[in-house]
Amino acid sequence: MLVLEDVYTHYGKIEALHGVSVEVRAGEIVALIGANGAGKTTLLMTVCGNPQASSGRILLEGRDITRRPTAEIMRSGISIVPEGRRVFPGLTVEENLYMGGFFNERADNERGIGRVYELFPRLKERGHQRAGTMSGGEQQMLAIGRALMSKPRLMILDEPSLGLAPLVIRQIFEIIAQLRDDGITVFLVEQNAHQALHLADRGYVLETGRVRLQDTGLNLLANPDVQNAYLGG
Amino acid sequence: MHDLLYFCQQLINGLTIGSAYALIAIGYTMVYGIIGMINFAHGEIYMIGAYTALIAITGLAALGIAWLPIVLLVALICAVIVSSSMGWAVERVAYRPVRGRHRLIPLISAIGMSIFLQNYVHLAQGSRNIGFPALIEGGLRLGGDERFQLSISWIQITIFITTFICMSALSLFISRSRLGRACRAVSQDLGMANLLGIDTNRIISATFVIGAALAAVAGLLLGMYYGSVDPLFGFVAGLKAFTAAVLGGIGSIPGAMLGGLILGIAEAMTSGYLSGEYKDVISFSLLILILLFRPTGLLGKPEVEKI
Repeated sequence: MLVLEDVYTHYGKIEALHGVSVEVRAGEIVALIGANGAGKTTLLMTVCGNPQASSGRILLEGRDITRRPTAEIMRSGISIVPEGRRVFPGLTVEENLYMGGFFNERADNERGIGRVYELFPRLKERGHQRAGTMSGGEQQMLAIGRALMSKPRLMILDEPSLGLAPLVIRQIFEIIAQLRDDGITVFLVEQNAHQALHLADRGYVLETGRVRLQDTGLNLLANPDVQNAYLGG
Repeated sequence: MHDLLYFCQQLINGLTIGSAYALIAIGYTMVYGIIGMINFAHGEIYMIGAYTALIAITGLAALGIAWLPIVLLVALICAVIVSSSMGWAVERVAYRPVRGRHRLIPLISAIGMSIFLQNYVHLAQGSRNIGFPALIEGGLRLGGDERFQLSISWIQITIFITTFICMSALSLFISRSRLGRACRAVSQDLGMANLLGIDTNRIISATFVIGAALAAVAGLLLGMYYGSVDPLFGFVAGLKAFTAAVLGGIGSIPGAMLGGLILGIAEAMTSGYLSGEYKDVISFSLLILILLFRPTGLLGKPEVEKI
């Protein structure tokens, strides 16, 4: 589904990724864990073409997207729930969802909104409320719903549990599992390593811009190095 | 009785000029809302709209076409097409290459563009002011006696109605249409809109085109109202409309409408009760006061956002 081959990314003169290779296979949930500043968000954003990789290749379903502009990449079956959710605060819930399905037919959008409201009944109650006035958990649901609107085959989630109450976090992880059951491939960045690795089929550990470890989620959970560094010993 | 009539007369004059300011102010406020820069060449876009309309009217007269609805329609269409193309081109040439740099760089580029367009028109059309035919003459006289009568000219009524139609259409477009929704989304989070696959450059271009089209409408209307145009026609009007946009809250479309009307009324009252010489003093004092005491403007407010 998604392959990164020896990807380097620079911010100006600073090299943030030093030759990262990652593979996400169709139907998997792949978790990317690592400390703050390890380059997790940079890696996800490089997939989206913002910033673009300075060398290496990124393939989406076999097509080279390394040098494509962001807008074009995001129209080819991939969608993102970005760090900090980034819902449009002045737009209503429904308008945010329409933005997610910007390139859909009208009928597809109506079906899509119906489907999002089934997943998140709370959003239906808030359909005409401005997104900026909702709680963090509701905004996170909206960000996921918006990302679903374009009927993605691959969904990228950046720290979906950040700053949320434990109950809401559990709900978000249930939804992510359900996405996989619906046939959507998931590439997930999490600082909540324990829950992420439990859920994930496979995981990568990123350290200062390099892949340190890769294994199945359960093996990584059992790995003493991972336990010490990311699971609190 | 006379006092009341006189007051109403100033109010009507103020609303006329104010609604035209509002039309121009929309262009400043929409562009600022999306890319956070002041397009100082916008006044020149408006001036070019007025010149284009004048050229179209003169051309039609030379062809012997004098039926008013046709003349107005053709002048309007020509002005809108030329100004919109200019607005689009200015963004491509002068702003897009420097977007994302330090805030001063696009600002300087905008001022340069303004000087360039002004001098281009100086060279192409001469620096004298040129008479603009008063296509819509006459008006209504109401009440009063031989000492003072309330007068509303047809051109004032035309300015009201046209502005009202443009504003209503724009409001509907922004609040209901797919592209309007995208404009709002881009103004709130350009990067995120891009991550949804939206070509944000096209949305930015659309904003410049819409603002320029409305300025062209104002150019035709105010050209007829004032009866002449010159290459500095856009300079003062641009500053006034910018003031209106800041007064209402830069970035807010209803704010630009409100700011334009308030500014127009304030100017008319100053001219009517004090002296015409003072109207610019009042406008720019308003600008300074609003910047000192309410920099977000009357309707501008920080977004409600929870983290």
